[in-house]
Amino acid sequence: MSDYTPSEMMTIAAARALRNEDICFVGIGAPSAACNLARLTHAPGITLIYESGTLATKPRVLPLSIGDGELCDTALTTVSVPEMFRYWLQGGRITVGFLGGAQIDRYANLNTTVVGPYDKPKTRLPGGGGAPEIAISCGEIFIIMKQAPRSFAAKLDFVTSLGHGEGGDHRQRLGVKTKGPTRLVTDLCIFEPDAETKEMTITSIHPGVTRDVIQENTGWPVRYAASVAETTPPTADELAVLRELHARTAAEHGKAA
Amino acid sequence: MAEFLSLAQAMEATMRDGDTVAMEGFTHLIPHAAGHEVVRQRRKGLTLIRMTPDIVYDQLIGMGCAEKVVFSWGGNPGVGSLHRFRDAYENGWPNKITIEEHSHAAMANAYEAGAANLPCAILRGYIGADLPKVNPNIRHITCPFTGETLAAVPSIRPDVAVVHAQRADREGNVLIEGILGVQKEAVLAAKRALVTIEEVVDDFGPRSLNAVILPHWTVTAIACVPGGAHPSYAQGYYKRDNAYYKAWDKISRDRDGFLAWMQANVIAGGPQDFAKYARRLSAAAE
Repeated sequence: MSDYTPSEMMTIAAARALRNEDICFVGIGAPSAACNLARLTHAPGITLIYESGTLATKPRVLPLSIGDGELCDTALTTVSVPEMFRYWLQGGRITVGFLGGAQIDRYANLNTTVVGPYDKPKTRLPGGGGAPEIAISCGEIFIIMKQAPRSFAAKLDFVTSLGHGEGGDHRQRLGVKTKGPTRLVTDLCIFEPDAETKEMTITSIHPGVTRDVIQENTGWPVRYAASVAETTPPTADELAVLRELHARTAAEHGKAA
Repeated sequence: MAEFLSLAQAMEATMRDGDTVAMEGFTHLIPHAAGHEVVRQRRKGLTLIRMTPDIVYDQLIGMGCAEKVVFSWGGNPGVGSLHRFRDAYENGWPNKITIEEHSHAAMANAYEAGAANLPCAILRGYIGADLPKVNPNIRHITCPFTGETLAAVPSIRPDVAVVHAQRADREGNVLIEGILGVQKEAVLAAKRALVTIEEVVDDFGPRSLNAVILPHWTVTAIACVPGGAHPSYAQGYYKRDNAYYKAWDKISRDRDGFLAWMQANVIAGGPQDFAKYARRLSAAAE
């Protein structure tokens, strides 16, 4: 297959990182597409959990909101929101949390709160929602985000959720026992944290993408791992399943109630 | 003891100017018809609490009902910004509002603490995050047993909780099904509770032994408003009107267009307008 978009490559590369045995806390938007693609391809046994309380849900179409009826209709069970955050998330039952964001820095700290000063925002964003605790309570964190110079920022205006903080052992020093961001998948490449510094470092470049393009879309001087792979392009099956999912979703959400 | 009233009477009986109000519903069962009634009765100076302020609070804020918003995620889900919320916060139109911002986990815990009659909630939260720097209501407490530092937030104790549910029986017991959000906690944490429902039934019929039911003595007033959660949805009744959420982005973008829409659809309207959205998708209780 040669004909695919960077966005499709991003979703497919992110989906591949999920394992059949994962218990996954799913953010809305791009994370939701990647998680459901994984479930519909190589990881049919994956448990998807949305913060609306739907546990082990198998939506036929992607939800527009975090609490669409589809999520509840296809869930094993649905619990209250306090139970979701207390027993399931804080209780340590989630192996991987899947997040997106408006801004990210080199240590994979995320900002979804505000651009500019908090009290005098240039752009007011929706806020953290579940992210501050997802970031510290899940076993590890995968992040999916399109790369652009302003969203891949040298310095965040606001840290909504902790990544690797200031790098190194900062998470441990804060008393956090989980791994934090272990993978950042963009439309251009894949980052993983350096073992020592925890700076997000490029380990794989998507086919046809140059290092110049990656640097132009990153607000800090990017670092590469000692060995950098080329991401396997989407297979015919991955593309077909993803496109069918998006087509079903568009057909469903276009309809008025 | 729950009293069956018209929506207008129920609102008069439960909400006053200056109240702290929690209108809840986590994308499901959002009490939109009740929100419109707040606008028609021109409540002022409200502190609006809600985990996910979306269209229902955008309307109240744009109509000048709010003085403060307590929230953890503010947006039009899957669509974008809340233009009226942002205009009020950033430009003071139609009045200045203040915000108190939390995470979902903190607010869910705070509702639960309110229902449990505790002064605060504790959680393992906000570590490494900037919200505690801008919200003085996020503090820390040391566990007396382990020494662990934990986040603490005040419990939520609203003057009035407003929720929408599927059914009430004739005694006024209320059944909630599907995505539950924090509605049970909000009702039990509040001094007064207004519940709008899809229908009144003689008997709830076959249901889970663990069904979520608010006993009639926890509810102040019930108003039967079929379709009253539209454009959100009611499990077993009608689906989410995603097209409306998308249309709201344009309606709410400029002040005049918003005011004209509110005049035509809310001020000049009534709870009966929601009936056209009401339907029953399934016969049996799910």
